Amino acid sequence: MMKRPIYLDYSATTPVDPRVADKLCSYLTMDGDFGNPASRSHTFGWRAEQAVEAARADVAALIGADPKEIVWTSGATEANNLAIKGAAHFYSKKGKHLITCKTEHKAVLDPCRQLEREGFEVTYLDPESNGLVDLGKLAAAIRPDTILVSIMHVNNEIGVIQDVAAIGTLCREKGVLFHSDAAQSAGKVPIDVNGMNIDLLSLSAHKIYGPKGIGALYVRRKPRVRIEAQIHGGGHERGMRSGTLATHQCVGMGEAYRIAREEMATEGERIRVLRDRLFGALKEMPEVYVNGDLDHRVPGNLNISFNFVEGESLIMALKDIAVSSGSACTSASLEPSYVLRALGRNDELAHSSIRFTIGRFTTTEEIDFTARLVREKVNKLRELSPLWEMFQEGVDLSKVQWAAH
Amino acid sequence: MPVYLDHNATTPLDATVLDTMMPFLREQFGNPSSPHRFGRRTRAAIDAAREQVAALVKVHASQVIFTSGGTESNNLAIKGVAAADEPGILAIGATEHPSVIEPARALAVHGWRVKEITVDREGRVHPELFRETIAARPRLVSLMYANNETGVIQDVPTLASAARSQGVVFHTDAVQAAGKLALDFPSSGVHLMSLSAHKINGPQGVGALVVDKAIECRPLLHGGGQERDRRSGTENVAGIVGFGAAASLAIDQMGVRTAHFMELRTRLESALRAIGGVAIFGAGANRLPNTVYFGLRDIDGETLILGLDRKGFACASGSACGSVRHEPSHVLRAMQVESDLAIGAIRVSFGAGNNERDVDDFAAALAMEIQRLRPPSRRRAV
Amino acid sequence: MAYSDKVLDHYENPRNVGSFDKGDPNIGTGMVGAPACGDVMKLQIKVNGQGVIEDAKFKTYGCGSAIASSSLLTEWVKGKTLNEAAQIKNTQIAEELALPPVKIHCSVLAEDAIKAAIADYQSKTAGGDDKADAA
Repeated sequence: MMKRPIYLDYSATTPVDPRVADKLCSYLTMDGDFGNPASRSHTFGWRAEQAVEAARADVAALIGADPKEIVWTSGATEANNLAIKGAAHFYSKKGKHLITCKTEHKAVLDPCRQLEREGFEVTYLDPESNGLVDLGKLAAAIRPDTILVSIMHVNNEIGVIQDVAAIGTLCREKGVLFHSDAAQSAGKVPIDVNGMNIDLLSLSAHKIYGPKGIGALYVRRKPRVRIEAQIHGGGHERGMRSGTLATHQCVGMGEAYRIAREEMATEGERIRVLRDRLFGALKEMPEVYVNGDLDHRVPGNLNISFNFVEGESLIMALKDIAVSSGSACTSASLEPSYVLRALGRNDELAHSSIRFTIGRFTTTEEIDFTARLVREKVNKLRELSPLWEMFQEGVDLSKVQWAAH
Repeated sequence: MPVYLDHNATTPLDATVLDTMMPFLREQFGNPSSPHRFGRRTRAAIDAAREQVAALVKVHASQVIFTSGGTESNNLAIKGVAAADEPGILAIGATEHPSVIEPARALAVHGWRVKEITVDREGRVHPELFRETIAARPRLVSLMYANNETGVIQDVPTLASAARSQGVVFHTDAVQAAGKLALDFPSSGVHLMSLSAHKINGPQGVGALVVDKAIECRPLLHGGGQERDRRSGTENVAGIVGFGAAASLAIDQMGVRTAHFMELRTRLESALRAIGGVAIFGAGANRLPNTVYFGLRDIDGETLILGLDRKGFACASGSACGSVRHEPSHVLRAMQVESDLAIGAIRVSFGAGNNERDVDDFAAALAMEIQRLRPPSRRRAV
Repeated sequence: MAYSDKVLDHYENPRNVGSFDKGDPNIGTGMVGAPACGDVMKLQIKVNGQGVIEDAKFKTYGCGSAIASSSLLTEWVKGKTLNEAAQIKNTQIAEELALPPVKIHCSVLAEDAIKAAIADYQSKTAGGDDKADAA
């Protein structure tokens, strides 16, 4: 018997892997290693510190970094804030221009807006219609006073993978720092910070079966990248981020990253098969559009617009599956996804988009159920839709004069 | 099993708190921002925890902003208030935690002038001296409720009211006070108060800033708009739920615990007096019932503490926070403690699990270590 | 978002879904809203010789509340005269379905739809026979 609703929102968050939960629980209570890793005067503190350092090594290993280059944070949002504001503040004498893309997560865009209020200038690149950044346009946007380029590795809504290696090479040539938000890619796509010339990389635990409330920022040491701390205090994390480290959280992230490193290849293939199975069942329907490039895409993501069906009613019809109709952070508002708009999708298609994200615990049975349910409900809603009727009658909807209201 | 006497550094998670957290590390995993059922459940759990934390300091739930811990809360309070104002004077206590001192120093770069509020030999801020500070018209005052090293309690309600009456914003770091003292945010007169979960048998990695909503406090973290735009980032659901449970536990247990701590403290302090040559810092001041901070002349605290650790007693030689420097603590310096006494400083801080036997065993072990470490010529000199 | 049971009922089992022939002189068609705004309602009424709405059908592109508002409206207008149908207010629909404030616009759209359908019917019959006015 399948549990309902079926969870297909793995890009919003993931369940903690039971192996991770078991391990982190032994770093909490009196009979475990609960110490403050900064306590230098007793065994409780040393054992906690050892656990944190082992976890740091596991996080570093997944991205080809040195453990000394990992700074723990409270999550990818803090990592993005620290990377962008931290680098901008440190290098503000060199220049005050940054480049990012319109499809970035709010945790990148909002710090950029904040910097604009502080007198920095930010160029927001338009992606191509497939969601990818054009390298030539990026190169053209780089100016002598550009200090940082921030382009995400994998997009949270449409799952497209940017060519970060090419972007990294370009930035290195131009002497500009390169930051990438890897919250959605770590553990799903291979990352090699050296091979890709990445200077700053934001990581999250809860997107890859670790706990919520912990993340990390990779900060390159050779050549050395400097950032100004955003949270000051006891000087933890080599002065880049103060605050008592949550031992169990670090341990949980380390274990999640260790598992990801070992299982990424086989897991990715299994998930890809499920994704293709779902897509295969849905693409037979007419007027179905995939949002974002299908080839340069993480295995678990399928973002589709069902033309002539309104998004909110579709979500309502799909209440037996937990999916997203845009980013989890903004879906409380009725605004169409800014990511899809940046791809040039019209509002109707943006409104009717559904993001299915498949993960570690998704089964074939769940995928088949989902495919059946979606087809049935889309057909039902189209029967209800005056737009679908007009489309079938051959009316060009773009030529209709709609009464504004 | 070693005896843990360092509860001001961190506390073990209470087993019942872990029980309330476990579902949120297992089946209840939704992102609280997701509108579907998985998200609605975790959103409801956060709302319930917010009520619990609010009850600890007697405020409305909407005044509680969850953060990643006490350090972030202090940063948010100081930088957040500063960002909403023109640069001016920022007054902080001389014995503040580094998570107050360092944000204040960081603001100095942006034109703020940091003024230190001095303390007396017992670690107290004097109301008259404080009124002088207020007369200089600082834009913000940050003064801790209870000190992490000495346990010395400031008369926050009196000081905060003095500040408030002059229109000065008052922040207090109540990380060490919460759970050990009854805190009443509305009647204390403070505008902002920092709290931490892991000092009250909750999990590490979660804290809160309690705010008077009349005060503008700009966010430190941008993007996502969580916590009503005051603190972005996907919520640490299990941590927040644990914080809520720990807050409720603290409310229930406060009376019993403080009485118990007071007994342990009295017992230890009389044992220390029996050993001789021991100075108890802040002894003349109002102190947290769980904290005993003392110095031994001619003995290096670090060496002593390592010896105690080998004997199975975990205590601290000063602030636990990231300090590797072998120098007297800034708290003791501010209290004008002589440096040969200060470098022998040891902090014992009790927690829920400690009992009389722990105290007696510790005192015996301490006496033996002192015997071993004290230079023979000085053994009798006190 | 929490929907009322009535909204859910109309959404799960919409009444009177379908279309009449737009060219039929006894049919009035109202189409309101715009795809870019997230909702489009098409409401059709079939009016008899006495000016009474004999039947009604709808199609709606929109959220659950929009679908429910138009479904409910088709039930209400059946058997009503054009004048009576024109009196239906959005507030009545919103109240019946317990629409939350952010969904009030759905009921407004439904009111617009019936008015548009009546106007369409009347424009077709205007200048022809006066039967409708006899009602």
